This record gives sequence, structure tokens and C-alpha cells, in this order.
Amino acid sequence: MADLTTEFAGIKSPNPFWLASAPPTDKEYNVRRAFEAGWGGVVWKTLGEDGPPIVNVNGPRYGAIWGADRRLLGLNNIELITDRPLQVNLDEITRVKKDYPDRAVVVSLMVPVNEDAWKSILARVEATGCDGVELNFGCPHGMSERGMGSAVGQVPEYVQQVTEWCKQHSDLPVIVKLTPNITDIKKPAQAAKDGGADAVSLINTINSITSVDLDLFAPEPTIDGKGAHGGYCGPAVKPIALNMVAEIARTPSLQGLPISGIGGVTTWKDAAEFLALGAGNVQVCTAAMTYGFKVVQEMISGLSQYLDEKGIASVQDLVGRAVPNLSDWQHLNLNYVTKAHIDQDACIKCGRCYAACEDTSHQAIAMSEDRTFTVKDEECVACNLCVNVCPVEDCITMVEMQPGEVDPRTGKVVEKEYANWTTHPNNPGACAAE
Amino acid sequence: MTANALTPGIVAGRLDPADYAEQFTDLHPRLDDHEALVAADRCYFCHDAPCITACPTDIDIPLFIRQIATGTPEAAARTIFQQNILGGMCARVCPTETLCEQACVREVAEGKPVKIGELQRYATDTLMEQGVHPFSRAASTGRRIAVVGAGPAGMACAHRLAMKGHDVVIFDARPKAGGLNEYGIAAYKTPGGFAQAEVDWLLKIGGITVENGKALGRDITLDGLKADYDAVFLGVGLGGVNALNAPGEDKAGVLDAVDFIADLRQASDLSRLPVGRDVVVIGGGMTAVDAAVQAKLLGALNVSLVYRRGRDRMNASKFEQDLAASKGVRIITNATPVAVRGNGAVREIEFEYTDDDLKPTGQTFRLAADQVFKAIGQTLSGDGLPALEGRKIKVSGAGRTSIAGVWAGGDCASGGDDLTVTAVAEGRDAAEDIHATLTAEG
Ligand SMILES: Cc1cc2nc3c(=O)[nH]c(=O)nc-3n(C[C@H](O)[C@H](O)[C@H](O)COP(=O)(O)OP(=O)(O)OC[C@H]3O[C@@H](n4cnc5c(N)ncnc54)[C@H](O)[C@@H]3O)c2cc1C
Ligand SMILES: Cc1cc2nc3c(=O)[nH]c(=O)nc-3n(C[C@H](O)[C@H](O)[C@H](O)COP(=O)(O)O)c2cc1C
Ligand code: SF4
Repeated sequence: MADLTTEFAGIKSPNPFWLASAPPTDKEYNVRRAFEAGWGGVVWKTLGEDGPPIVNVNGPRYGAIWGADRRLLGLNNIELITDRPLQVNLDEITRVKKDYPDRAVVVSLMVPVNEDAWKSILARVEATGCDGVELNFGCPHGMSERGMGSAVGQVPEYVQQVTEWCKQHSDLPVIVKLTPNITDIKKPAQAAKDGGADAVSLINTINSITSVDLDLFAPEPTIDGKGAHGGYCGPAVKPIALNMVAEIARTPSLQGLPISGIGGVTTWKDAAEFLALGAGNVQVCTAAMTYGFKVVQEMISGLSQYLDEKGIASVQDLVGRAVPNLSDWQHLNLNYVTKAHIDQDACIKCGRCYAACEDTSHQAIAMSEDRTFTVKDEECVACNLCVNVCPVEDCITMVEMQPGEVDPRTGKVVEKEYANWTTHPNNPGACAAE
Repeated sequence: MTANALTPGIVAGRLDPADYAEQFTDLHPRLDDHEALVAADRCYFCHDAPCITACPTDIDIPLFIRQIATGTPEAAARTIFQQNILGGMCARVCPTETLCEQACVREVAEGKPVKIGELQRYATDTLMEQGVHPFSRAASTGRRIAVVGAGPAGMACAHRLAMKGHDVVIFDARPKAGGLNEYGIAAYKTPGGFAQAEVDWLLKIGGITVENGKALGRDITLDGLKADYDAVFLGVGLGGVNALNAPGEDKAGVLDAVDFIADLRQASDLSRLPVGRDVVVIGGGMTAVDAAVQAKLLGALNVSLVYRRGRDRMNASKFEQDLAASKGVRIITNATPVAVRGNGAVREIEFEYTDDDLKPTGQTFRLAADQVFKAIGQTLSGDGLPALEGRKIKVSGAGRTSIAGVWAGGDCASGGDDLTVTAVAEGRDAAEDIHATLTAEG
């Protein structure tokens, strides 16, 4: 059995599955039940300054995108940070950590950008016995209007400054949670690193409006006739999150900075993908909110089965395995030639490949009177759109052409050697291959 | 052979030899990967799911379906086997329409349940075909336990005990292990020698010895077992068969349905198994349906299933009644046999219509019959057993009998339905109780 234990930024947990800072981690009751269900750690719902807690709108607080059969694909929320008194949260954290010494308990924080505010809350948080802090520089609604959350995360100088304060006033590991609502994720990540952060976590939610009520003419969720943009999360954001994680993982100046992958993790497979692209662990919010704490059991069994099948001994050995294969477009092999191939036995003759290719691509699929669909190799550019629109798995596959064969589309012999755009004759800036 | 459907009497080879395999093919062929994903996708992963409660072995159904949905049927199988080591057989034979699938929220809401049974089969087949036995034994306890009966109850009990580190000897009167899985379940529910393959796979846990041809009361005694073993589990099922109590019952051609089915299950060549032209099955349960359907599949011309009360009281589920009807079995209800006629061999049976309280109406009818199957229930047989309750061994808690150190479960024990899955649950729970008891004794 593969070893699922992880050590992330010096914080140990029995598995790499942490609950992200959000309603699932907003109170002792939830967190205890989450630990009983098997979660390896939690990032406690973001705490704010002492004093009267923030106030949430009553709701509705969520907008959603569904697939057929109402599978929840994307969720948008307008919740703020915790609306419970600071001391109540701190007392609860203390109790929970004491009872679950083997689980990771990280406390998320968001206070105004001034040193005293951070200094004073850090001292109190440290007293709980928690394992680390996460700086919430990501919340894209409400708090940002008050100069916190993503309003900080979008300004690298602030990110660095606050990180420095935290490292200065606390011995706890500091994880900086990044907002995706920014053009270049590497900038705030670099700022966090320069500020001394022990790790970054990403992504927080993405600015979004999920839908518009066409009778009320108001965005949803609609509160008394009005709506505000919210933060998008759930399965729909995974591709965006994966890219941002990967960007950080492959940037030379950010090497060695642990990454906690967040955004749309719903199954063991999602988690494994984040890990392979460089995340040291993952955090989950929407999947738990959709299916309950029990989903972690599938994540645990699935990841351990996968690691066993691959002969990978531990989570650590999976982390970053796909990073070396993340390249830039200009370095992709232009001599790699494939052709779509339709398995006639598997084909159900729906014609979707034909419509896609004929109407929107390269007119490379032929349709006969009796609805037989075949690929015209002389037209196929191997875009693989047909594969993606085909309802039958593995019916259409991309078959690699071997060196020496003639590509009927270009009339050229397929070269064995790798060649990319940087040396291609059509590239005005091409440099001759060495 | 020149017999065909019209040949009178009880004869073999009514069908073209090539047709038998087709007739007895898998009732529900296994889902392919894509079908399994589509079926799994319909599960809502309900909280505290009603399907789990409805399963006598409490399999975590939403979890195993999610594991299928995420491409790990092997993990799904482990989830199933943790609760039900005969999850493979149960996936084939459970009347899911009255168990998990009846409770499925989508059955309640839409009349279309998630295909739990078929998904269970998909998962368990995947792991079993890889030859993987997912459990290993705890350190040996040095304790020895005797299990009588290698049916689902006995096998489940033995497996759980072996897992806990005990050594188990199973005694069974029949030549093969498996109980009714091997000798009773309809052939089209478990084709391809699955019952024996499952027994072999289960025994891979180690620590279990099976002694076939050893009958309690003939070759071994309960007192002897008590003296030689640290505990005894009785899973002997129901060996006896109820009588019709109609004159003429002893005529040739009148058989116990379970014997017919056992012969059929053991037949190496179905084209050599004789069956009547006009077959009458008396009873209203699973055995009656199985006998009727299989007689029809063997090529009987007319098969009637006659039950003494109304359809809604039949033990066979709606699904099974429909299955029988779809195979051409005529179901007659509210009729009791009053006489079996014939000169030596049965020729016809006379029935009297009864109301739902079994009050005779005075109206009678006759059915031509050259073969009659009695399927009106099985009974416990054997002497020197622990105290009974009604006609079964009285048990309390997890299968404790009136005799200290002796547990019982499955069909032979009181309480619970006579189903494979219930037998598994009772065997498993008795094993846990035996283990707890032996551990407490120190
Ligand atoms: C025809 C038929 C069809 C059925 N179909 C279904 C179905 O589709 N689905 C379903 O869920 N259930 C079905 N059942 C019911 C199901 O088979 C039983 O509930 C289940 O097998 C009970 O398991 P058990 O272990 O208690 O007993 P059994 O399976 O009866 O096993 C008892 C074992 O004990 C052995 N034994 C008996 N007496 C002695 C003795 N004195 N000494 C040693 N060994 C002994 C027997 O040889 C046998 O191997 C069917 C039953 C019948 C008869
Ligand atoms: C209702 C809700 C409230 C959230 N509150 C916080 C918060 O207080 N602090 C924080 O850092 N992130 C918060 N998040 C963001 C999540 O922690 C997480 O980054 C995001 O939802 C993406 O992960 P997911 O796709 O698994 O949901 C919240 C998300 C939701 C849905
Ligand atoms: S989930 Fe539903 S019931 Fe619970 S607080 Fe929200 S609106 Fe109310």
C-alpha cells in the first residue's frame, strides 16, 4: 500500500486531502466530523480582526452551473470570511487541534494591511497550537471592497509586505493563498516567496456572474432584486487552477516553493493531476459542499490504488512528475504526425465527427450513403476535434505516423528527428539548428 | 433424439442441442465499461443513503458507485467485499427490486433506480477476474471453529473467522461447497461455473478447510463438534420440503422443485435432462418461478405456475413474476391442489379456487400435467439441534442459539428473509460475535 502521508511546508498529515478555508471548516462541529470522515487536514475558515464580526447577506449566497441530471459543475458564492467572533473560533481551534494531533490544522487569516493588525492576531492564533497560517489574499468579493482579500493579492508589493510581517511576528509556517483574478500568477507567487512564505496555495475563487434572471433582469444570486459578482469554484475551475499551479511549479525562480493545489478537486484523479503538476497537497471545498465529507474516502482509495498500480511508493514521489513535460508551444515537436482513425465496429453512425470536421474544421471526414464515416488522411491535420465530440470512447483514436511514411496531406516524408517552430523555415525569427 | 416440444411425457432433448446455451444465457449480461460509467453517473451519492439501510449486509453503495464512476472498480469491489464477501453472487441473485433498488431515491422519485446490482457485479467481477483476494488474515489465534454447511451463511461466517485469525473447518453433506449457490439458484442467474469459482476465490483467504460429504447427524454430531472445537456455527439451510397434502401426491412425475433445480444445476449436458410437456409448478416463491422458468427454457410446451393466494401475496417479486410471464409461464392464482390424478404417473391435477383467506369456493378446474413440481417451501431437517422457534433454530443477538458455544445463521435460523444476502449477513455477524466471545474468554 502506497504511503499517503504528506509533509507540506513542514506540516504533517495522514493524507494529502485538506479541506479548504470555507464553510466546511467554519466551526468545531464541522471540522470534527470532517476528521472523523478521514480528511487529512483543514484550513480553518478565514478569521478577521477582533471586534464585531463581519456580517453576511442572508442569502441566497450561491449561484450554480449544472450539467444534465443536475450535476453541479460550477458554484459561485458571495460569502465573506467567518461571521463568528474571533475568540469563539480560537477556542474551537484549540480544542480540535488538541483532540486531533495527527491532522493538519491551519488557520486562514485576513486583516487590514497594517502591521499591528497582523501582529496582534498572529500571537493569538499561535496560542491555539495550530500548525500554520494561511494568508487569504484571494477573496474576490466584499472583503476586496474593503482593501483586503484579492485587493491585496492583486498587488505583489502588498503580498510581500504582509508575508514579511507574518514571518517576522510568528514562527508558524506561512502559506500565502493566491487569487486567480490576476494576469500573471507568477508575480504574486514571487512576491510571496520573496516575503519569506513557506508555501503558496491556489486558487481562490474567480470573479464571476453565473447567470442572469431574465424576468428580474438581475444577476444571480439575486438578493432583493440586485446581485453582485461572486467567486467561482468547483469542477469548472479546475483547468484554470491546474494551469496556475503548473506555471508556478515550472518557473525557475520559484523552485522549492511548496504549492497547495486548490480548485475543482472532486475525485482522486483531479488530486493526482494537481500533485503531478507540482502541488504538494490539495485542498477541497466545493466537492465537500456538494457531496458531504464522505467524498474523501473515494479520494483516498482512488489515490492509493493509482499509486500502487503505478508502483509509486508515496505521494511525495508523485509530486511534480508531470512538470518536466510541461513545455511551451514553440518547443512542441512539429515532426510528430498523427491521423484520426475511426473504428468502424465501435462507430454508432451518429455523424457528430462529420459535422464537427465538415462544418468547423478541415473537411477531413467522408460520409457515405450508408452512413459510414472515414477519415481522409490527405485532409486530416490531426486536430482531434472529432475525438472530443465523438460520444463513443476510443472509437476515434489518433494514430501516429512512422518516420519514413509520407503524410498524404503534405506530401512530405515524416521525419524521425524532432523539430520545432524555433527552427522552422516559416518562422521569420528562426535560428538554424545547431 | 427426435423429441420436440409436442412429445408427450417426461423426455430429454426437446430443443435443438445448439439452443440450450442460448436459452440459459446470463439473465443480465455484465455491463461494459461505458455502460457502467453511465449507470454510475446516475447515483446521487445520497447522505445516509436508504439503499445502504435496505441492503441486509449494509454495503456502502454510494461509495462503491462513486469509486466506479472515478475509474476504480477494484476499490469499489473492496468496499463491497468488506461488508459482503459473497458480493459477487449477491450481485447476480439478490432481488434488488425489493432491496437496495427499491429504496433508491431515484426509484421512489422516477421509478428508475440506479442499477445497483449490475454495478455491483461490474465491480466484483473486475477484481475477482484479476484473481485478487482483497483480505489477509490476522495473526493466528490458535482457536478452531467448526462450521456446518458450506452455503452462503457458512462461507461468510468462515471467511470472517479466518480473517480474524481463527482456523475453520467447514463440514458439508453435499459433494460440493456453495450450498444453494451451487445447487439452487437459477442457472441463468449464475452461469459459467461462477458459484465454484467464487468458493475457490473466497478460500484464498487461507485457514479454512472444507470437508465435503460430512453430514451432521450422520458422520458428525453436535456434541462431538462442541467437544473438539472452540465454537460451532450451524448454517445447514433448509433440507426438507413441505408436503402438498393432496391425494395422489406420490404419483410418478411429482417432484420437489428443489431437486429438479439441483439436477439442472449439476447437469453437464442440459439436452439430456428430461422435462415434461405439460408442467405444473405449485407454489408462489422464488423456487416456484425458477422451476417454472427453467422447465420452459428446457422446452416444455405448457408451464403453469399455480399459487393458492393472490398475486400480491406471492413471495416472488414483481420482477420475477414478469420474468416468468415473459418466458411464457402461465401464472394462475387463488387455486389449491385437491387431487393428483393419473394411473401410476400423474396425468392431471385438480385445483379448487380459493379466496385470499384460502376459503374454498367450490369451483374446480383441471390442468393436464405429466410433470409436477412442488415448491411450497422448505423446512429444517435434522435432530439434536438447538431449541427451535417455530420451525427454525431459535437465535438471539448475532445468531446465538440455546446452546452456549453454538451459533446459527442463514435459512436454518429464525428471523430474516430466506435470501442469499441475508444468510451472508447472518454468517458474518455470527463470526464477529464468536470472535468477540472467544476474545473475551481470553
Ligand atoms: C430454488 C431456489 C432459488 C433461490 N433463488 C434465490 C435468489 O435468486 N436470490 C436469493 O437471494 N435467494 C434465493 N434463494 C434462497 C437462497 O438460496 C437461500 O436463502 C440461501 O442459500 C441460504 O443460505 P444458507 O447458507 O442458510 O443455506 P444453504 O444455501 O441451503 O446451504 C446449506 C448448506 O448446508 C448443507 N447441509 C444441510 N444439512 C446438513 C447437514 N446435516 N450436515 C452437513 N451439511 C448440511 C447443505 O448441503 C448446504 O450446502 C433460492 C432458494 C432456492 C431453493
Ligand atoms: C462559500 C465559500 C466560501 C469561501 N470562503 C473562503 C474563505 O473564507 N477563505 C478562503 O481563503 N477561501 C474561501 N473560499 C474559497 C475556497 O477555499 C477555495 O479556494 C475555492 O472554493 C476553490 O476550491 P473548490 O473548487 O474546491 O471549491 C470560499 C469558497 C466558497 C464556495
Ligand atoms: S443549506 Fe439550505 S437549509 Fe441549510 S442554511 Fe442553507 S438554505 Fe438553509
